[in-house]
Amino acid sequence: MPRRPDLHSVCLIGSGPIVIGQACEFDYAGSQALKVLRAEGFRTIVCNSNPATIMTDPGFADRTYLEPLDLEGVAGVLERERPDALLPTLGGQTALNLASELAGRGILDALGIELIGAGVEVIRRAEDRERFRETVLSVGLRVPESRIVTAAEDVPEGLAFPLVLRPAFTLGGHGGGIAWTPEELEPRLYRALAESPVGQVLVEEYLAGWDEFELEVIRDSRDNVVVVCSIENLDPMGVHTGDSVTVAPQMTLPDEAYQELRNAAAAIVRAVGVECGGSNIQFARERETGEVRVIEMNPRVSRSSALASKATGYPIAKVAAKLAVGYTLDEIPNDLTGTTPASFEPTLDYVVVKFPRFAFDKFPGADPTLGTQMKSVGETMGIGRTFSEAFLKAMRSRELDGVPAGPWATLDLLPDGVHPWFRGELAAAAAELDRVRALDDLVKADWERLKRAGWSDAEIAARAGAPEAEARAKRLAAGVRPVYRAVDSCAAEVEAASNYLYSTWGERDEGARPREGASVVILGSGPNRIGQGIEFDYCCVHAARSFRELGYDAVMVNCNPETVSTDYDTSDRLYFEPLDVEAVLELCARERPAGVAIQLGGQTPLKLARALEAAGERILGTPFDAIDLAEDRERFGALCDRLGIAVPPWAMATGPEEAAAAAERIGYPVLARPSYVLGGRRMRVCYAAEDVRAAVEPGERILVDRFLEGALELDVDALCDGEETYVAAVMEHVEEAGVHSGDSSCVLPPISLAPGELARVRDVVRRLAPALGVVGLVNVQLALVRGEAFVLEANPRASRTVPFASKAIGVNLVDAACRLMAGARLADLALPDEGAPSQVSVKAAVFPFARFPGADPVLGPEMRSTGEVMASAGDFPTAFAKAERAAGRPLPAGGRAFLSVADGDKAAAVGLARRLAEVGFTLLATTGTAAALAQAGIPVARVRKVSEPGDDATVVDLVRRGRCDLVVNTPAGSGARSDGYRIREAALVARVPCVTTLAGAAAAVEAIAGAGRDEALSLQERVAAGTG
Amino acid sequence: MRGFLLLEDGTRFDGRSVGAPGVAVGEAVFTTAMSGYQEVVTDPSFAEQLVCFTAAMVGNYGVEAARSESDRPHARGVLMRRAGGEAWTRWLADHGIVALDEVDTRSLVLHLRAKGAMRAALVAGEASVPALLARIRAEPTMAGRALAGGVSTREPYVVGRGSVRVAVLDFGCKRSIVGRLLAAGAEVHVFPHSATAEEVLAAAPDGAVASNGPGDPAALTAETGLVRELVGRVPLLGICLGHQLLAQALGLRTFKLRFGHRGANHPVLELASGRVLVTAQNHGFAVEGAGAEVTHVSLYDGTVEGLELPGERARSVQFHPEAGPGPHDARPLVDGWVEELRYAAAA
Repeated sequence: MPRRPDLHSVCLIGSGPIVIGQACEFDYAGSQALKVLRAEGFRTIVCNSNPATIMTDPGFADRTYLEPLDLEGVAGVLERERPDALLPTLGGQTALNLASELAGRGILDALGIELIGAGVEVIRRAEDRERFRETVLSVGLRVPESRIVTAAEDVPEGLAFPLVLRPAFTLGGHGGGIAWTPEELEPRLYRALAESPVGQVLVEEYLAGWDEFELEVIRDSRDNVVVVCSIENLDPMGVHTGDSVTVAPQMTLPDEAYQELRNAAAAIVRAVGVECGGSNIQFARERETGEVRVIEMNPRVSRSSALASKATGYPIAKVAAKLAVGYTLDEIPNDLTGTTPASFEPTLDYVVVKFPRFAFDKFPGADPTLGTQMKSVGETMGIGRTFSEAFLKAMRSRELDGVPAGPWATLDLLPDGVHPWFRGELAAAAAELDRVRALDDLVKADWERLKRAGWSDAEIAARAGAPEAEARAKRLAAGVRPVYRAVDSCAAEVEAASNYLYSTWGERDEGARPREGASVVILGSGPNRIGQGIEFDYCCVHAARSFRELGYDAVMVNCNPETVSTDYDTSDRLYFEPLDVEAVLELCARERPAGVAIQLGGQTPLKLARALEAAGERILGTPFDAIDLAEDRERFGALCDRLGIAVPPWAMATGPEEAAAAAERIGYPVLARPSYVLGGRRMRVCYAAEDVRAAVEPGERILVDRFLEGALELDVDALCDGEETYVAAVMEHVEEAGVHSGDSSCVLPPISLAPGELARVRDVVRRLAPALGVVGLVNVQLALVRGEAFVLEANPRASRTVPFASKAIGVNLVDAACRLMAGARLADLALPDEGAPSQVSVKAAVFPFARFPGADPVLGPEMRSTGEVMASAGDFPTAFAKAERAAGRPLPAGGRAFLSVADGDKAAAVGLARRLAEVGFTLLATTGTAAALAQAGIPVARVRKVSEPGDDATVVDLVRRGRCDLVVNTPAGSGARSDGYRIREAALVARVPCVTTLAGAAAAVEAIAGAGRDEALSLQERVAAGTG
Repeated sequence: MRGFLLLEDGTRFDGRSVGAPGVAVGEAVFTTAMSGYQEVVTDPSFAEQLVCFTAAMVGNYGVEAARSESDRPHARGVLMRRAGGEAWTRWLADHGIVALDEVDTRSLVLHLRAKGAMRAALVAGEASVPALLARIRAEPTMAGRALAGGVSTREPYVVGRGSVRVAVLDFGCKRSIVGRLLAAGAEVHVFPHSATAEEVLAAAPDGAVASNGPGDPAALTAETGLVRELVGRVPLLGICLGHQLLAQALGLRTFKLRFGHRGANHPVLELASGRVLVTAQNHGFAVEGAGAEVTHVSLYDGTVEGLELPGERARSVQFHPEAGPGPHDARPLVDGWVEELRYAAAA
């Protein structure tokens, strides 16, 4: 059946900010779908609060709304746009839940909007536990049996042991456990009930140790079902699939067992009633008996389907979008082959392994044990011709900072329960490496064997105790080079014009050698992690478009399967490779590019810059020396001195004692920070010598600089052609200095700067950028103290704020930067004046604290947010209130506000408390804060801290019982954890807005007091109105 | 031990011997099925062939007697990128199968795709290339070869008891076909390829299956004759080679595909319903120029995938509805056919 003639406009809901479990895979899905829908002639409308997404770029849809993804936000857009249909299956759980809610409230019916892709009934059958169970049973399959228990005497019967107990509404499943025998059940149940604030425990058949498989299935309206990909988890059941190492295709099932899962998957999608689109089904299978349980089903595109698309070259989201508007599988051509239809199931002649990327180092105190709640922040994928090759590629693609730690840190420490077949293959690869003694002993055949097993030059060198460069030189001398093979979805059975490549060894290279000087190689940003996320992928994707427009072949290098950059549609050639020196040098040797773009992928490409330059590759735009100049504090300090630009007093020091002495000289408080850090890792504000000593490892070289307390921080994104500078965006942090720029909310244009101050800031950036040698993008962070501008740091590359700034000012900064890198002058670009946009845009960060019980949910110099949202309005309070809503922290209109602030903040808290009272809040405070407020004549009720004796309710009790609507809690200097931490954790669990800085609290109060109700405007309208 | 594959055009692919020593000569073909390696190697349709697996890892889950599609391996040689398990390679060696891994299988597939399936020799150990080439070129090509006789049962036999009696003409029949018929409740009478129509009809079958098998259907004159004699006298179901024989019996011609269809992911359009079946396939020849009798076509290259002559109560499919290995989408074709026989028998 062809495209439905009755549909003309389609609205797509995105997945909002990047959070753990919902990352840029939905940007990949959404932007693919938009391409298809536009090509089919639909008017497209997008709703997504995440500015760092490609799908929210003005060119990707007819109307783009950066509005909060809540009922009010989306309903407002739907009312305004009146699309014929809503497609909710490409925006993760967020979009699916919103669609259910919109339908449930009758909004879709009232507006005459059809839900396509998955209807309400389908969503309910898949998502409602009981209905899903019934559906699965109806086709003769089984789910893990479970009961909900609310009283200890209600010991469930008829369940097979062991059982897992999951108390409801506790952070990270705290209070849960496993009962191996009936005797253990009752006491465990009692404890679990006590831990659950609602006295509810789910008791479920425990399948730990069972193997876990996933199937990606597509069904069309003619009931055709194809399985796109099978995925096997290396971590057995019990570890969330998002945290598991996974492999595709499945490796350990005989055909009859695999077909059993295939049949089950088809039966389930049919029974659930998914009419057209992709679904993901998870199975547990007992290795010995072959018993199967259906774990869950997502009637939508998922993280796994993004992985499956990248693993097979089969664009699931694109096909799902076409199915949703009426096509059937036999009518949709396979992109890569062009001749076979989408009903051709991919077959792989390579292996794909996915690795999770964790960030436990960011959350000290959090438990790194993996369980049923996902904790990883990103992922990598490796493609190889054997399992071990793919595995080792994915493993080293993680870019772990420092010594590998955490799950799957090394090959010596495999988790329990890994299938012996995988262990055997990995042991065989390890044995190859173990045989290495000295590099000089290795002959060509040895090198080939090592490389074919998957080992990198760096790993071989480390084993031999030699530098990586030496290993590479010896390998090249032996004549051992990689070849590149295509991902074509058909194991070469059908001719395919694939541009999607991976490296392997000892085989023949495929395809014509690229013409010298024809391409630009764009280095991507690798796995998402805290401090380096989707923003940089946005930059890389735009760079690919720009360099194509400039007449080059855009060549993308990345190893992150979630991203738009690793969609083979994005570039002329995609190298799915680790972002390490070896991989990048080798592919550059094949490409012989006109240049390499390193300023768009965050910190990752910068780490490769020196080796690229040494190898004679041309770095486009800002040269390597500028990076070094900005990173080397001594060189940077001297440059600023010469330019007459103020920097906070600083010193380099080695080891704890030298650092403490330097801090004494500079004067407290100081900021202690290791060089070349991402996202402020291990950065600390120190108030005393012992803090400094604790912040520095013996022998570590560290930068100590004065921490400018109470300063106003600014983020500036600018373009420079080497001489002229365009100060594109000046963003003011809402939180005061000391909060990492990635975690602070920020506002554009700045709202607190005097006219002279803004001019001074622009002037500083205009002098600094050309002096650094920037050609392209530069980000400068400044602090304003009593009108004086201090430069905190300069990064001669695209920054995290580039997508936000581009959308707020209506200028595509990456495109401009690429043109500068290709040799244009700023004057050639016809950029609008540097003036301020008339709308106020606010960026707010979202945090994963709820995933890391034990880690203090407080803002500081170390970045911990995973994603961000954007909101725009006519004034700051409205924009800020909307941004908080979009970040999932809607501000209360009134009620009871609880305050507990550090001693240093008490004076400043008085003003805040007065404003809260004026706005209509009843005030509660802990002893010290209450005394300070009472003294200032503000009515306040004292509440007991947990550590204070007494019988009355503590603040934690009040928060837990929902008796608080807003919590303001600033952490006391350093070391104070106990009471403050318990308050913040209670607020986190009870989902009460909790502000940990006074500046943030002040902004919140202003937003509560002054937020208006602006009509949602699309990005296109704002740009057209010149307000962008 | 090292080894190599030498194609008749002189192209050579090196590898590591993981099976039996020696030299195997046959037609080099490839299959894209990702699981079911043991089924493939024991499928009689692979007789006199050297099978290259496109799947990167082969042998991962060992070997089990119940998975064999016949009583012995039929493929003469096996080529793999990586053999992933000792049980598998030991089994290959024990059965005298020459097998190499560490082969650049993708380049081999690209070569066969471009040049077509061709004669080749698989060598475990050393061998003189000119002598080997002479030996390869002395072998007959697959086109024109009648191979059913070498793989068919010698004596008729009966398996199962049921309300429906099905005769199976064994031209190299896979166990999965018999298994599928048994599962559908049939009593299965298996006949050798050389059986006469009278012998078959003497068993009073409610229906007859012309099985899969190796070689060129055009060379199977007697077998085509057998099928021709049965058409109209007993309901017929042809599978793979059996489909080609039925086509020939009806006066249609067959031709050799460049490199065949071998895999477990081939979409076939069922014309009557408009539905797509994902099928298991294993054939190097196909039926030419059929018309109204076509029921199924390949969505991969448009070739004929199924025929039906309602008046003659005869139908056939080019793919393998019994799977083994492969998806079960088309299994209802066999089950439904047996059901129809039962209904007709009862009427």
